[in-house]
Amino acid sequence: MQASPITRTFLAGFVAGTPFILVVVPFAMLFGVVATEAGFDILQTMSMSFLVIAGASQFAAVALIEEQAPVLVILATSLAVNMRMAMYSAALVPHMGAAPLWQRALAAYLLVDQSYGVASQRYDREPTLTVPEKMAYFFGAVMAVCPLWYLFTYVGAVAGAAIPPEYALDYAVPITFLALVAPYLRSLPHLAAALVSVAGALAFSVIPYSLGLIIAASLAMFTGALVEIWMERRA
Amino acid sequence: MTTDALIWTVIVLLGIGTYLIRFSFIGLIGDRRLPPFVLRLLRYVPVAVMPGLVAPLIVWPAATGGVPDAPRLLAAVAALAIGAITRSLLGAIFGGMGTLYLAQALL
Repeated sequence: MQASPITRTFLAGFVAGTPFILVVVPFAMLFGVVATEAGFDILQTMSMSFLVIAGASQFAAVALIEEQAPVLVILATSLAVNMRMAMYSAALVPHMGAAPLWQRALAAYLLVDQSYGVASQRYDREPTLTVPEKMAYFFGAVMAVCPLWYLFTYVGAVAGAAIPPEYALDYAVPITFLALVAPYLRSLPHLAAALVSVAGALAFSVIPYSLGLIIAASLAMFTGALVEIWMERRA
Repeated sequence: MTTDALIWTVIVLLGIGTYLIRFSFIGLIGDRRLPPFVLRLLRYVPVAVMPGLVAPLIVWPAATGGVPDAPRLLAAVAALAIGAITRSLLGAIFGGMGTLYLAQALL
């Protein structure tokens, strides 16, 4: 029996998504471990991976909950580290805008770095894909990673309780953020923004309710944008 | 608020918030364009937030009672260097944590 074009594109998306299993499995486990260490029970850890489904936001929220920061600061910071999803969402409009609302609503829930990266590459390479084919490819790519995100969060949460404190897993959170941010630092505007962010966060750490971080991040955003404009003018 | 209530509040509101960010353009805004300067600012949000979020945790770690700690600083430098050079998320995480264990064993 010949598979329909939709099934074939779904499978092609799935295959394109599989290399990311190597990233998602350990990252999900690490979140499970870190959340457990921070005092989350298994239901809370799983609910967060299921409802939020965004590694950086989840790690940020766990770190700030441990610091007993106010809810508004926790939300603002955790949402800010995930603002790139707004850009992904915008970039997908030309490809998905014509799909039925329920498919777009589901795609929005499943929009993660990996599904966006894999799908947008394919859409650029093959502009003749129909909208249903594009959706099938996207959902295929997601199916390779999202179920594993939930499953290995659970494995990590169960394993986390058994890991003794001398492994310094508290430090896995800062290290994870450095690993997420390091690849950006090869461009001057990003590096400038990062330095302002660090200097500001340390200098403003006396401001209560972790508000210093919000101020530092705002200054850093403008620094990045202004350095970029300055470089464009010089070029 | 108890820690338990705080955790649940954050989970639910963050779930709604991250969903709305992702749904924003595909679902609601459609083809309308944002002003270029707003897009420029958005580009720098992750790199403006993440370093500041972790800087105090690295310089004044809670595990040492807020005293700067050489193995932890070395681990941070290693994670940054590996991540910037290789762009590998897992390479940087495992390299950083490996450096921490090595430095704790040796120093």
